Amino acid sequence: MTRGSPYAPHTEAETAAMLDAVGAADEESLFDIPEDVRFDGEFGLEERSERDATTLLSSTLAKNKKLTEFLGRGHHSHYVPSLVNDLSRRSEFLTSYTQYQPEITQGFLQVLFEYQSMLVELTGLPVANCSMYDAATALAEAARLSNRVRQASGHRILVPEILHDGKRSVLDNYVAGTDLTVETYPMDDGNVDVDALSDLADDEVSMVYAENPTVRGTIEERLTEIGELADEVDALFCLGTDIVALGLLQEPASVGADVVVGEAGALGMPNAYGMGLGLFATREEFLRQVPGRLVGASEDAGGKRAYTLTLQTREQHIRKERATSNICTNQAWVALRTAMHVAYLGPDGLVDLAKQCVTDAESLAAELSELRGVRAPVHDRHHFREFVVHTDQPAKAIASDLESEGFAVHVVSEHKLQVCVSDLNAPKVDQLVAAFEEVL
Amino acid sequence: MDFDQARYARDDRYEPLLSEKNAAREEIDDSPLPDELTRDAVELPGLSEPELARHYTRLSQMNWSVESGPYPLGSCTMKYNPSFTEDVAADPNAAIHPDRSPRTSQGTLELLYELQDYLARIGGMDAVTLQPPAGAAGEFTGILVAKAYHESNGDDRSEVVIPASAHGTNFASAAMAGYDVVELPSGDDGRVDMEALDAALSEDTAALMLTNPNTVGLFERDIVEIAEMVHDVGGLLYYDGANLNALLGRGRPGDMGFDIMHYNVHKTFATPHGGGGPGAGPVGVVSELEPFLPNPRVREKGGNYRLEDAEDSIGKVHGYTGNWFVLVKAYAYIARLGDAGLSDASAKAVLNANYLAEQLDYEVPYEPFHHEFAATAGDRDAADVAKRMLDYGVHPPTTKWPEFVPEAMLTEPTEIENRDSLDDLAHAFNAAMADSDEELENAPSRTTARRIDQVGAARDPQLSWQALDDE
Repeated sequence: MTRGSPYAPHTEAETAAMLDAVGAADEESLFDIPEDVRFDGEFGLEERSERDATTLLSSTLAKNKKLTEFLGRGHHSHYVPSLVNDLSRRSEFLTSYTQYQPEITQGFLQVLFEYQSMLVELTGLPVANCSMYDAATALAEAARLSNRVRQASGHRILVPEILHDGKRSVLDNYVAGTDLTVETYPMDDGNVDVDALSDLADDEVSMVYAENPTVRGTIEERLTEIGELADEVDALFCLGTDIVALGLLQEPASVGADVVVGEAGALGMPNAYGMGLGLFATREEFLRQVPGRLVGASEDAGGKRAYTLTLQTREQHIRKERATSNICTNQAWVALRTAMHVAYLGPDGLVDLAKQCVTDAESLAAELSELRGVRAPVHDRHHFREFVVHTDQPAKAIASDLESEGFAVHVVSEHKLQVCVSDLNAPKVDQLVAAFEEVL
Repeated sequence: MDFDQARYARDDRYEPLLSEKNAAREEIDDSPLPDELTRDAVELPGLSEPELARHYTRLSQMNWSVESGPYPLGSCTMKYNPSFTEDVAADPNAAIHPDRSPRTSQGTLELLYELQDYLARIGGMDAVTLQPPAGAAGEFTGILVAKAYHESNGDDRSEVVIPASAHGTNFASAAMAGYDVVELPSGDDGRVDMEALDAALSEDTAALMLTNPNTVGLFERDIVEIAEMVHDVGGLLYYDGANLNALLGRGRPGDMGFDIMHYNVHKTFATPHGGGGPGAGPVGVVSELEPFLPNPRVREKGGNYRLEDAEDSIGKVHGYTGNWFVLVKAYAYIARLGDAGLSDASAKAVLNANYLAEQLDYEVPYEPFHHEFAATAGDRDAADVAKRMLDYGVHPPTTKWPEFVPEAMLTEPTEIENRDSLDDLAHAFNAAMADSDEELENAPSRTTARRIDQVGAARDPQLSWQALDDE
């Protein structure tokens, strides 16, 4: 058992000498806290050895049931190469902070510059920041951006009626302090009902948000029309996606996206109970309205190329209540892991992985459809990773029975399930199909 | 100390970009999708695993960190991040999807529930949400909670009062929630000016946001009176947890009259700063405000944990439950230290700050400080002094902030430094101050890069390797 903090290295003699040096009788006297608000230090929290603390946590976490998860709906993961786990844990990366002194933190700055560059390539947009917290907050920041830029007018934010609850709720909270209002537009067989959206769009619209793939895994077919429609009413077109889908689906810039948001933690992270990495990219003309940190290339006094945080006058520590966002601490280390994973895959690996997301979903849907009382996919669309399944029997009961067999799937509604397949669970699809057949 | 940071230089650059090592292109053909639904090609670096391993190892060597040496950034609490917490967070049982049923994620829910309890005890709060993914997100959450509370009372308030010396995020968070910010000038003693506070408070005041100890390390001795004044006008008192490391075991915001607080677990509870994040910014509140906390809450009954939505909740501030792995590490740290360790952390953090300040040839205008102090570089440029400090093998403090201290060098050594390393740090401070103007202006020279042109970077932003290629 330790005495005090195991991470405070002072010996008793050292403490005494230091107290002496500052002219204090004891540690307590260094605290200028009035008696009536002093606390006695009794939280009732036990101290433990490293081994005991580790055992405590691992035994608690072991209460999570071992399941094969066929879950997605906005939180996805793929096999993370050992290189990512190993190198991202180098303490020079892990235990550093925001690069306020760029000369001594070139390494991390270059990693973030490379991450930004990868997003520029994948989105086709020239400006990407070095992270938002997650897809939901990135979407919400995009809505706020639309309210700041002159190119967009109006106060209505149009979002799909089928949208992840978390995204919708975060968006509502981020616009609560503005004059923006959030409204939904209808979907047609899983995708945007473009005609209905067109009827809703007018000059009062500030931003139109669409997703590709959608939360139900369908792939949009009319993105260009949506982009044009937004353009016609001087609204920003914000496209939600994820970093793997970007490797195969239409390039956002090519369909007129003004802002791209979404989840980048689908690469670089295992399933993380929702912890993510918000990607955020936009057009050059909105550069000075971008939320979050930006790394730029410059030169040092020796004439060599060097990197630094830049355009910081947008940020809270300079601009205070007039900042583009309150974000300070972000997801930099996740961005490092994601960049490493993208680099590991390379263009061929990324494209192959994305193709697999299409073919695996397609073949699993076909297999499930062969079961009596099951139809998949529900939507007559192309799919990415996941799809909705109709079940004649109550979906909840099936999901519960599958859980007992060791598989987790989403319940969408009374007779609808959603199943997500990736390279991680793909080896177990045959077992899932067998279990499905068993529980029907 | 004789110091030279790693530097892999060639021609006009340091380590080449991945794209300069090998840019590869993959055409999209044989796609399972119709052509019109796919892009044409992807261009990304194409490198082998050994090449990548060397790239990232070299970049890591060109980066300063807590494990490299002193990192006394004021208000950032750059503590040592215990290695075992990484192992714990990497437990495969922790890597679960958020949409699992509570029945199959009891371990995660139990851990979250217990961490809520740990934090409530440490802050003297009644209820805690773990959802906000960073300190600023915690501030935003707390202010939304305050707003929901006032609205539930049919009370329409428009202002948040914030001392001029507060963290920039306070102002930005309050403004994001739709409030007008009323800035409070600092008193002559560096603390809240009670007369100015009295003048600023009104029936429009939704909240006063306060950091305590404040951003020059001073404890707001009038805190009980401040709380009364805020409560008297019907406002709420918000505690910015950035400086909680100074108070661990010595004082609790809840006991001082604070109604809402956020915790920066990446500061106080030693989760790694990760080059800028991820952190986590849990928010604690008094019981009256609990109904407004974000959904869902983790509840326990008979050893069974579940997620519950509350009707009056503000909703969500993160798509899911926040930065889960960070929360695991914070739990591990608290479970390791317990009462004795936490109280010792604040004691040694405050002792270290006092000892270090004693060794410096700098004036420290505001005392008695706690875990951090604002030294002034006087007639020297604090930013130049900081650059020179780099050459002595330490990271400099936060510079030119807070603004009411001229040429401020806000210094927070934390509890992890021993006397020798504090002496090294003091030497770097003092040696830099004794160096000539020319030496300061030409610094640094021993870091990977020499002084970087910040103005040029902002004037002609080049934010990607594509932008460099276009030059």
